[in-house]
Amino acid sequence: MTSPTPVSRADVFGLSKLLRLQWEEAQGCYVLLYPEGMVKLNGSAGEILRRVDGKQSVDGILGDLRQAFPDAPDMEADVIAMLEAARERGWIERKDG
Amino acid sequence: MADANPKPLWLLAEVTYRCPLHCAFCYNPTDYVRHTKNELGTEEWISALRQARAMGALQLGISGGEPLLRDDIEELVAEARKLGYYSNLITSGVGLTEKRIAEFKRGGLDHIQLSMHDITKEINNFITDTNTFELKKKVAAMIKGHDYPMVLNVVIHRYNIEHVAEILEMAEAIGADYVELANTQYYGWALINRAQLMPTREQLEKAEEATNRFRAKVGNRMKIYFVVPDYYAERPKACMNGWGSVFMIVTADGTVLPCHSARTLPGLEFPNVRGQPLEWIWNESPAFNKYRGDGWMKEPCRSCPEKTKDFGGCRCQAFLLTGEAENADPVCTLSPHRQVVDRAIEEAKTPAVRAQPIVFRNDGNSRKLAEGARDLVPPSIHGLP
Repeated sequence: MTSPTPVSRADVFGLSKLLRLQWEEAQGCYVLLYPEGMVKLNGSAGEILRRVDGKQSVDGILGDLRQAFPDAPDMEADVIAMLEAARERGWIERKDG
Repeated sequence: MADANPKPLWLLAEVTYRCPLHCAFCYNPTDYVRHTKNELGTEEWISALRQARAMGALQLGISGGEPLLRDDIEELVAEARKLGYYSNLITSGVGLTEKRIAEFKRGGLDHIQLSMHDITKEINNFITDTNTFELKKKVAAMIKGHDYPMVLNVVIHRYNIEHVAEILEMAEAIGADYVELANTQYYGWALINRAQLMPTREQLEKAEEATNRFRAKVGNRMKIYFVVPDYYAERPKACMNGWGSVFMIVTADGTVLPCHSARTLPGLEFPNVRGQPLEWIWNESPAFNKYRGDGWMKEPCRSCPEKTKDFGGCRCQAFLLTGEAENADPVCTLSPHRQVVDRAIEEAKTPAVRAQPIVFRNDGNSRKLAEGARDLVPPSIHGLP
């Protein structure tokens, strides 16, 4: 395995084509669906991943989140850590090269 | 832990038991010919899909038999997508055409799981009793060509277990994203053919080592699941994650089951979507409540601290191998019946002495078994699988 470079604010990620992200009303959360499995996402992971669209940079996602949750404390470190964990699991992949 | 208010998150639609392949390891009921007539119609399937989705079902497997023998899979797939299922077509590849796969893509089918059997034409054709080796390669290319995740399922048995490294290389070469190396589970036809199919412990260990070497090489590029054969484990599998806990099967004729082989259990009457709403079937029916929770357990399970992890294993395996479904799964080394599993392992060392000819899954054999032909079933098995 190659050791990953850290996620930076200019990176653009998209969801892996093996996954589908979906709001699940019955469970009141976002779920990630993939062959042979599913993951229930907690509130913040769902809010981050639903903004991972293959177009917006990490910076754009952060701006968007700040607008949606103006009262939240600074979230940059948490968002980057979450994206790194998601990349580690193969949920998201770089779209900008 | 058992959920107080379980939801059938996984719905398996076994839409037909007809199949062009005759695999010796098939888990389908050996008397499947009884269920090939009277299949549910398209509208009945759509109603079942709607009901299950309203109850929280999310993952949908469309399986069989060979589901592509039905000509309404396109319609079911499109309906499943509209309802918000994540859907998976589980196929041998026979009957998949460019036209059909394009229609599946349009309808929103999420992935296709293709069965492969070996790197050699000989073993592929032998174990399936068909000439399908070249076809499977073509279908794999078609799946890739339509930008589907490539999910390969390879059932592992004595005839291909020594080829695991080469099978994984083949999977990598055709661009697989997921590979499931599914060691045969001994139900249905596989149980009848157990003495022919079961690998030795040494073969199994080598296969696991080869798999781990390959994992280290490919990393995240290809996910490999190695389903351990439970006979060689010390504790039973958490079968279905517990009876009536997350899993529900609607079968070809509308009978609803908590697991693939539940029909083998004596004294249970399984409800049918033609007669009752799925909600009642899941929540209220005696069959779905029979082994829910742990109230049914006997010793050693009842007082076992691990009962919340493995739920006492598999009720069907307990019945087929010990004669009583409430017994601990005999795979468990704490089971007083573990010797029946050890004997099967012992017999795997001398297959030439023990094995009878393979009983392939076909209509003729199924008819004989449905009529109770015990001579095709090894004497140590309680009841027909």
